[in-house]
Amino acid sequence: MIRSRREAVATPGARSREALAGTIRRAIGLVAAVMALLATPALAGEAAPLAEDPVVEKRLNAISEELRCLVCQNESLAGSRADLAQDLRREIRNLIKQGKTDAEIMDFMVGRYGDFVRYRPPVKPTTWLLWGGPFVLGLAGVAGLVAYLRRRGRRVDENPLSDEDRKRAEALLENKP
Amino acid sequence: MTRFLVPLGLFLVLAVFLAIGLNRDPREVPSPLIGKPAPAFRLEQLADPAKTFSPEDMKGKVWLLNVWASWCVSCRQEHPLLVEFARRGIAPLVGLDYKDARPDGLGWLRQFGNPYMLSAYDADGRVGIDYGVYGVPETYLIDKAGVIRHKHIGPINEEALSKKIVPMIAELNK
Repeated sequence: MIRSRREAVATPGARSREALAGTIRRAIGLVAAVMALLATPALAGEAAPLAEDPVVEKRLNAISEELRCLVCQNESLAGSRADLAQDLRREIRNLIKQGKTDAEIMDFMVGRYGDFVRYRPPVKPTTWLLWGGPFVLGLAGVAGLVAYLRRRGRRVDENPLSDEDRKRAEALLENKP
Repeated sequence: MTRFLVPLGLFLVLAVFLAIGLNRDPREVPSPLIGKPAPAFRLEQLADPAKTFSPEDMKGKVWLLNVWASWCVSCRQEHPLLVEFARRGIAPLVGLDYKDARPDGLGWLRQFGNPYMLSAYDADGRVGIDYGVYGVPETYLIDKAGVIRHKHIGPINEEALSKKIVPMIAELNK
């Protein structure tokens, strides 16, 4: 009897819980629907560039991979979401559509932002040290090593063991004091 | 003796290189436009869309072009210096309101004071790209022939103004 009463008490509670859960589910559903509605225009806006000419987009990507975003200097122009990067991509897209070659577009960027904008700096007098430096340092290292080994070899040859030293060394090795 | 001098020498060379390298501001990218004619443009003025401005209009004068925007926080930092610069009448100061909304730009000038002879209104940042602007504020010093002589990246400070910009203006005005 007690048990059944308990059940009787429990049932309405469970029902109200179920009702509450239903309300929450409906609310979540509603919020999700509103969010989906709100998100739609934004999605349409972001998807637009994909609808552009794929050939142009491919060239744009290839060029902007080679360029540094000046706002966030560790990112390429292709990967950056900075405002300026978006403007510059738009600019490059226009230049491609105007029929400019990749070299001309590179010149456009370098003319405004300098060599720093390129990830691959050009080889010219001011960058000789940059391009050649590592090789010069490597060669200097090898030369230093060779010189050191030669000198050491000579030093070993110059100081052969005397007979007395040899005997002492042998005695020590055989552990006979 | 050389045993100790060689590593010491190498260490000193490395230390000097690091000292120079670490004290440089990587955000300051040398502009390739220095010594070149200021890129031409014709833009609406911020205060009056019916009027336009072009660097051509400034031929024969040594002047400053200051790129600013109402959304630019560091612009507020340099602004009092620009107001003071304009009050002293050292050289004409032209603003380039970069990627801004017109009412915001005008409101900003009302709030903080307007040191500019006029401001050109670069709504889409197209002129900014021609000038190699990558971080507002930036300031260009342009000579009588319309050639860019100096570019200051970031907010102008007292030192840059009194040690570099003002003496250069005096020199170019000779």
